[in-house]
Formats: sequence, structure tokens, C-alpha cells
Amino acid sequence: MLLGWQYDIVGRRKTWFAISAALVALAILTLAVRGLNLGIDFTGGTELNLEFERPVTPAEVRGVLTAYGLEASVIQVDRAHGEKVLIRTPPLEEATRASLFASLRQEVTPFRSAGVDMIHPLIGAELLREALLALAIAAAGMIVYIGLRFEFRFGLTGVLAIIHDVVVTLGAFSLLGLTISAAFVAAVLTIVGYSINATIVVYDRIRENLKDRRREGYAGVVNRSINETLMRAINTSLTTLLALVAIYLFGGKTIQEFALALIIGITCGTYSSVFIAGPLWCTWKEQAERARQERKAAPAGARSR
Amino acid sequence: MPAGRPSALLTLFLVVAVVAAAVWYFGFERPILESIKQGEDLRGGIRVVLEGVDTPHAPVTEENIAKAVEIIRFRVDRLGVGETRVQRLGENRILVSLPGIADPDQALAVIGRTALLEFLDDANLQRKLDGLPYDAIVTGADLKEARPAIERGRFVVLLAFNPEGTGKFADATARLLGQPIHIVMDGEVVQSPVVRDHITGGNAEITGYESLEAAKHVAIVLNSGALPVELRVVQTMAVSATLGQDSLERSKVAAIMGVALVAGYMLLYYRGAGLVANFSLTIYLFLLLGLLAGLGAVLTLPGIAGIILSVGMAVDANVIVFERIREELKLGKTVRSAIDAGFSRALRAILDANVTTLIAAVVLYRFGSDRIRGFAVTVSLGILASMFTAVVITRYLLRLLVRADLARNTRLFFGV
Repeated sequence: MLLGWQYDIVGRRKTWFAISAALVALAILTLAVRGLNLGIDFTGGTELNLEFERPVTPAEVRGVLTAYGLEASVIQVDRAHGEKVLIRTPPLEEATRASLFASLRQEVTPFRSAGVDMIHPLIGAELLREALLALAIAAAGMIVYIGLRFEFRFGLTGVLAIIHDVVVTLGAFSLLGLTISAAFVAAVLTIVGYSINATIVVYDRIRENLKDRRREGYAGVVNRSINETLMRAINTSLTTLLALVAIYLFGGKTIQEFALALIIGITCGTYSSVFIAGPLWCTWKEQAERARQERKAAPAGARSR
Repeated sequence: MPAGRPSALLTLFLVVAVVAAAVWYFGFERPILESIKQGEDLRGGIRVVLEGVDTPHAPVTEENIAKAVEIIRFRVDRLGVGETRVQRLGENRILVSLPGIADPDQALAVIGRTALLEFLDDANLQRKLDGLPYDAIVTGADLKEARPAIERGRFVVLLAFNPEGTGKFADATARLLGQPIHIVMDGEVVQSPVVRDHITGGNAEITGYESLEAAKHVAIVLNSGALPVELRVVQTMAVSATLGQDSLERSKVAAIMGVALVAGYMLLYYRGAGLVANFSLTIYLFLLLGLLAGLGAVLTLPGIAGIILSVGMAVDANVIVFERIREELKLGKTVRSAIDAGFSRALRAILDANVTTLIAAVVLYRFGSDRIRGFAVTVSLGILASMFTAVVITRYLLRLLVRADLARNTRLFFGV
């Protein structure tokens, strides 16, 4: 069963490349048009989590905010619990916040403050810079490690597959209008780690099969390797996704968006490790091989092996 | 019956008993989860990050920030909330952490207040109390240091002014000889010593304390008014205990559900081997929690996410191994040699895959902000623990089962 029939994944690589190209193009398009809904972790700002004594309307709250010149703030009233309100304003000084609280208590109704987050815009810009830096350094580190343990081409195609996963996840968040928070950065880095993990398992098998099944050709070896590791890909991603869906359903709000990012990214990462990473390396390797043969053939003229 | 079966059965029994006892002890009797410190987002509390701002009078220097940390620690300790943390972040930032505070609103006000220390003469004190414009002789910015001491058998507070303060204080002591100077902190008169000398050297001595403790108390008050640098709040996170508790409870439920689903899947798919995997995953979880407790890591919401994720990585290592063993079994190998071959072939894939992920996690720790670090820590430790349990413990258990002759039926044992 195992050694006989195989899914012809490498043979249909053009289809997979086309699907991925379309996904990436769509993601870039939505990123360009809709942009990202950056949370206060990136933009800086104050986030107030209040629990009023009775359900309130956004208009009541906005009325008070207007007096402070904060009418542009985001006000979210919880659908199920109208007394729970989230207010997002530009960064507030401690004195302003205290005075705003006093006004809200007086003019709307008393409340309990469940959480206050203030992030200076300076820190937000820093987080973005650090996140990009971390991604770049992590990518470089992984290319070097894979280059040492495997071959340089594996490193580069592996990282290409990851970039694909990250771009698609960003695109999905842009399309759904979900907030990008500091936890999202952690999620993206996790997707990177998870995706490279899955890709390496495939590459490891290619490396092994190249030793004793050379005559099957690059396409044959890659296709065999992908098929041989397919059950691992399915079982691992299924178990991880099961756990993530549980987190999504039962976890609190912060952790929910984190779980959603991971669900999208890991689905994408599993897809790219099976359908993109191997075939991509194969295509490049075949081309390089052809070029090498031509170079070899040209100056040597009639001489053949 | 293979040789050594009785001893293998006995060992197996002992291993299971020891692990079961450990799970009972660290899971229920003395829950290990409770000995891990929880962050403000899980138990409620406040985190404030302050940043030094360069001004001509008070430049941001290594020494000034270190001094500010000390002063803030004094202030925070006086709040009496326990388990507080004041530490330096990077070059010019200070992190203040007050876990377990019920009302963030009130505590924010306490931290946000910057104490104002002034030395006033009679006339200006009156003007200040009446709400009129006034002039201070010196302020906290002019005071370099105040410390308690015993001089000639008396308890005193020694004051040292900076060059600017020295000049101003010299002028004032010349003018106010025999009159009091009022030391006012945040509008409250702390003490009103009488000027006995014209002090030109910038070093003064306040006397009249009943004990060294009293002198120390005044010195602390004076010091805390004299922050050596201007600080601004760049980040605040205040979580009420109820919201934190809610997050913790929900995360716990989510984690338990997640782990249960994973364990169920492994059991269905890999049968007996799945049971072995679940057994080593249990060891893995306790190992990871033990590492976190032992290293004194602070568990935060992102940290919990990291734990849940590293469970996925640990499962993956087992899946890679079992798939390999199944392949070897299909090639017609005996169970024993299939297990050995499966492990030795899977090892390289597991190692390379985990090291690459570890690279990403370490980079995240090195460059990530404070909150993301909690995630990087649990993922890194999780990867190390999962490699150990998958490669060492799962293999040991499988071999033990073969020696005990319990893994002969591969359909029942590996689902093949």
C-alpha cells in the first residue's frame, strides 16, 4: 500500500504554484486596499475595559469623551453584556484618565474598571521595528542552519514557503478586519517555527531518499518523500488544530485572536510544506541541474561521458 | 516467553507507579501550577513602564536611572502590597510591577503621582497654603542625597546638595539664621528645622530625631522627592483581579480541552503506542511546568499559549517516530527492530526541525518585547523538554513494552 500508489503532487506542481500565487496576490491586494487594523500595541493609545452598573449605549459614552476632545475614539459595547464596554483612545496622561473616569462615573453611571492599558506611540513603533527585526534575523538564522545541515537551496525555498504563510495570514487578518496586537507577533513567529518544522520533515526525507533512490529523478524522489511524510503532516496538523480550536472556543478574548491567527497560519503552513516547499526545491534543482549539464556540454564539445 | 520478561514487567509497573504518584503529588496534592508565579494579566495587578527623559538639568545616565529604581522601590514598598517588582528594562526604562491589586484605578493614581519636595521659608509656606504664587528655597532637584546617620551620639539626617542647590541653600541660610526652614512634601510639612549656621559647603545636618528609624524615615521621604531624572509613563497595563481570574480560568479550560482532544486523537489513531505517547506527554507537561517553576519564570497569557503550542510540538515528535515505525513494520521488520530503526531514522528529522524552531524562539526572546518573552520562554523550554521525552522516554517505554512482550500485536499496538 505504502510503497505502491502515490499521490502525484510534484506532477501537478503548476496547479499548486498557481493557487499559492493567487492567494499571495489576494493577500497583498487586501493589505494594500484595506490595510491592517493595528491595535494600540503598535499605534500607541489607551484601552479602557469598563464594567458599568447598567447596560450603556455608545452614544452616552461618546458624549462624555467629546468633552475631552476624544470623540474619534473606538467604543465597543459587548453584545451579550451591554454593561461591558471597551474604549480605545489616543494615549492619555494619567491625570486625564483619572478625570475622564470621574466624568464617566458622574455623567453616565458608576463602573468598575476591569483593565487599563496605555501604550506610548514610541513603544508601539518599537514593537513593530523589533518584530520585523526578529523575523528577519530568525529567517537568516534558519537559512544558515538549513544551509549547513542540508543545502543552501533548501534553506531559501523553505523560507520562501514561510513568507507565503505569513503573507497569507496577514492578508486574512486584513480581510477580516481583526486587530493586530502584540500577541499576533508571537503568533506569526509561531507560524514561522511551525511551518519550517513541517517543511524540514519533508526535506529530511528528500535528503534521505536522494541517497538511495537517485535514479527516480528529482521529481520522483520529492514526490515519494512528500507521500511518505503525508501521514505525519496530517496527524500533526490535525492534533495541533484540534488543540487550537479548543483554545479558540473556550479561551478568553485575547487568546482567541491568537488562536485564530495560528489556525489560519498552521493550515497554510501545512499546505505549503506539502504542496509548495518540496516542488519548489525540485523545480529549482532541476533547472540548476539542466544549466549545469548545458555548461558541461558546451565547452567540451563532442566529448561525452 | 522471551528472557527477561518478568523483570521488564516489574520495571514497567514501577515506572507507571512512580509517574502516577508524581502526577498525583504535583497535580493535586501540591499543585505545581500554584508554585509558578503568575503575571499581572492572570492574577490581576499593574505593570507600568517608565522611561527617563533627557533634560538639561537631569540627564539620563546609568547612575541616575539606577538611583531612580531605588527610589521607586522605596515608594512601592511603602504601598505594602507585597511581591512587588521594580527593575530596569534596557538602558533607560524602569518596570514597576504590582501583582494582585484589586483596584487598578486607585493603585495607578499612587504610582502616577510624582512627589514634589520643597524647602520653604515662613512667608512662602503661607503663600503656598493660601494657594498664592510662591518661591521655594530649593526643591528635590537640588538635593543630591539624604541619609540617616549617628553623629556625636545624636540621630541626624545628612543632606548633600548639588552645586546649584549649594549656592541657593547658602544664600537662604545666611538670610534665615535663627528662623525655620519648612521641608514640604506634596504640600505636607514633614519637618521644620531651625537654621543654626550659615551653610556654604552644600552639606547640612538636621537634628532632633528620637531614633535612627525616625531619621531613616525622613531620609526616605526626602530621597523619594528627589528623583534624579524626569520619568514619563510609556506603558501601563492594569488588570482587575476578576478579569485576570477569568482569563486564567478560561485558559485552563481551553488547555485541558486541547490536551484531552490531542490525547484522544493519539489513542484512536496509534492505539497502544498512542497510550505510550500520552504517557510520555504527561511526563513532558510536568517536566515543563517543573522547569518553569524552578527557573522562577512568570507565567503570562502569551506564556500559556506557548505551553499549548509546545504540546503540539511534543505530539509532533511522537507522530514522526510512530509513522517511521509503522513504515518499518510494513516493510516486514520485527517490532523490536522496527522500533530501533524508526527511532534512529526519525531522530535526525526531529532534531533538525526542533533546532530550527528553537532558533526562531531564541531570536524572539532576544529581540522581543517583555510580554512576548513569556511566550518565547515557554516555547523554548517546551521544545527542549519535548525532544527529551520523545527521544528518551517514549523510546525507553516502547522497548520496555517489547521486552515485556506486550507489543506483539502490531494492529493493536501501532494500528498497522
